[in-house]
Amino acid sequence: MGLQALFFYLFAFIAIASAFMVISARNPVHSVLFLILTFFNAAGLFLLTGAEFLAMILLVVYVGAVAVLFLFVVMMLDVDFAALRTKALEYAPVGALIGIILALELIFVIGGSTISPEIAKKAAVPIPALTERSNTQALGDVLYTHYVYFFQIAGLVLLVAMIGAIVLTLKHRTNVKRQNISAQVARTPETAVSIVKVKPGQGI
Amino acid sequence: MTAETLIASLQLSLPELVLAVGALILLMIGVFSGDKSVGTVTGLSVLLLIAVGALVVFKGVDGTAYAGAYRSDAFVRFMKLLALAGSIVALVLAIGHRRSEPDMRFEYPVLMVLATLGMMLMISANDIISLYLSLELQSLALYVVAAINRDSVKSTEAGLKYFVLGALSSGMLLYGMSLVYGFTGQTGFSEIAAALTAEHRSLGLVFGLVFVLAGIAFKISAVPFHMWTPDVYEGAPTPVTAFFSAAPKVAAMAILIHLVAVAFKPIVHDWQQILVFISIASMALGAFAAIGQTNIKRLMAYSSIGHMGYALVGIAAGNQEGISGVLLYLAIYSVMSLGAFACILAMRLKDGRAVEGTDDLAGLSKTNPVMALVLTLLMFSLAGIPPLAGFFAKYFVFMAAIKANLLTLAILGVLSSVVGCYYYLRIVKVMWFDDAKQEFSRPAGELKLIYGLSGLFVIGYLLIGGPLGAAAEAAARSFY
Repeated sequence: MGLQALFFYLFAFIAIASAFMVISARNPVHSVLFLILTFFNAAGLFLLTGAEFLAMILLVVYVGAVAVLFLFVVMMLDVDFAALRTKALEYAPVGALIGIILALELIFVIGGSTISPEIAKKAAVPIPALTERSNTQALGDVLYTHYVYFFQIAGLVLLVAMIGAIVLTLKHRTNVKRQNISAQVARTPETAVSIVKVKPGQGI
Repeated sequence: MTAETLIASLQLSLPELVLAVGALILLMIGVFSGDKSVGTVTGLSVLLLIAVGALVVFKGVDGTAYAGAYRSDAFVRFMKLLALAGSIVALVLAIGHRRSEPDMRFEYPVLMVLATLGMMLMISANDIISLYLSLELQSLALYVVAAINRDSVKSTEAGLKYFVLGALSSGMLLYGMSLVYGFTGQTGFSEIAAALTAEHRSLGLVFGLVFVLAGIAFKISAVPFHMWTPDVYEGAPTPVTAFFSAAPKVAAMAILIHLVAVAFKPIVHDWQQILVFISIASMALGAFAAIGQTNIKRLMAYSSIGHMGYALVGIAAGNQEGISGVLLYLAIYSVMSLGAFACILAMRLKDGRAVEGTDDLAGLSKTNPVMALVLTLLMFSLAGIPPLAGFFAKYFVFMAAIKANLLTLAILGVLSSVVGCYYYLRIVKVMWFDDAKQEFSRPAGELKLIYGLSGLFVIGYLLIGGPLGAAAEAAARSFY
């Protein structure tokens, strides 16, 4: 228990500290890097509660995809973050008020909520106890068997999203030079080099 | 799920499997042969949809599959055929459009096929997860086809607006579903119904119901979730608008009927008052807001809002007559709407420019009497004047409402259809009594075929409507 508590406080402290750094760092790239640190610590907290699948998904999806996308946006778009920050400070009191209300609501809801035993009994696919089967195994048990239909439709949705992105954005430009490897390989000294006699004292 | 049940499930969902695999093959053909293959891919898509329709008719078996996530019965088959027919006609309408606007790409028919697949899965959905996923499959494809003409500002705006509002409605739908799941512990429709009783329904569940109904009302463009409709109808290319006006509405109505007649059957009083409200609001807005419209596509958008209101009257009635009335209504409305859009697509000047104003129809009776006659019949039918098909559609849903003691709803419906007559008749007046300023070019063959057939349908409904009514009645019997 002692070790678990130690890690809980470690992860929780770093998560809160780096979340604070996300909004207070001067350099937006630093903000994104602190955001990644926050995600890592949140994943650590998930691991401590036994939700290892959620922890890994958090890393893969948020760190691997979303945070990298943020980094790209921050680096590629020329956003004047200094100007945004001075504005943000003006709104800080309102933001703090909303944050406090949200925190109180969360405390009330989580503190006061119970899972009704009848409904827990009726659950569509009950979760096996952690001692029997880990999260990842329990999800794997149903994802490709019981829920294979949903899995396949989700695949089709992604296909449509991909077709849509290509249809709406791909433009075949005609006036750009592209590499043509076969043409490059087929070049011979005769076609590529021409010898020009230059008279002394004159340029070409 | 064992191997045997999986194979049985795959067999039951054979039409969808064929459609999904066919869509992938069409995509491959398009990708490998480039934009010159648009004609081939469109033709093959039509053939594929016809083949799937034949499978639905001849290989249709009742039952559930994939651990209860998919269901097939007479109702499902009726709606699937309706959605397939709407998609086929919309694809045929696009053939001629491609000839005059060479900007169409091969992805267009492929996306239409994928949207149709989404609709078929929606109609078959028997679980809130499959409902949501199939709805997203359909909507995502529709957002893209609305913006397919990406060089036109209007089309891009239509696609973006549709996407943003659609994403919002999906969020509401998901939130409602999560509440329903949280308060029943179930995702299957019949399991949800089993977990509910009329007396002991919790407040959280009613909230869930409201959010789910709001999300679906957006998809069928019922008031107060109709804001996107006129802009999207006006901005999207006309064959796309024709597509939007028929098949997706059929699919969304099918899931609404499934939800209220199966999943939420025990709490009929809770959903009935919501449906009565959105039905009255849609009928009234459809009747009044269309009066000032000068663009015929916007006018058709308000007309579709009104017609969805009339169809909701049947669902709100909540009895077998109501459901069969709605099915009949959707079938007749699809025919009328596709016919009207075939006429709108034929509004093309001699120099190839397409026009959309209602004034552009002036004097059509002199320049193209056949089209003027068909459009007049369709307008009379949309207004609900006997003995045309549109009258019978309205008659059956109002009778069902009277039988369910919703007298106020029926009276308000009749009154708003009287108001609605004004703008339909105004178009007839413009065509027959105003002087012609310009002449349209000769309509393409497939447009003539489609508006001719729909004109014959609305005028001959008294003779040919029997089997359709019988099929709708048989389909509605799957719930009672």
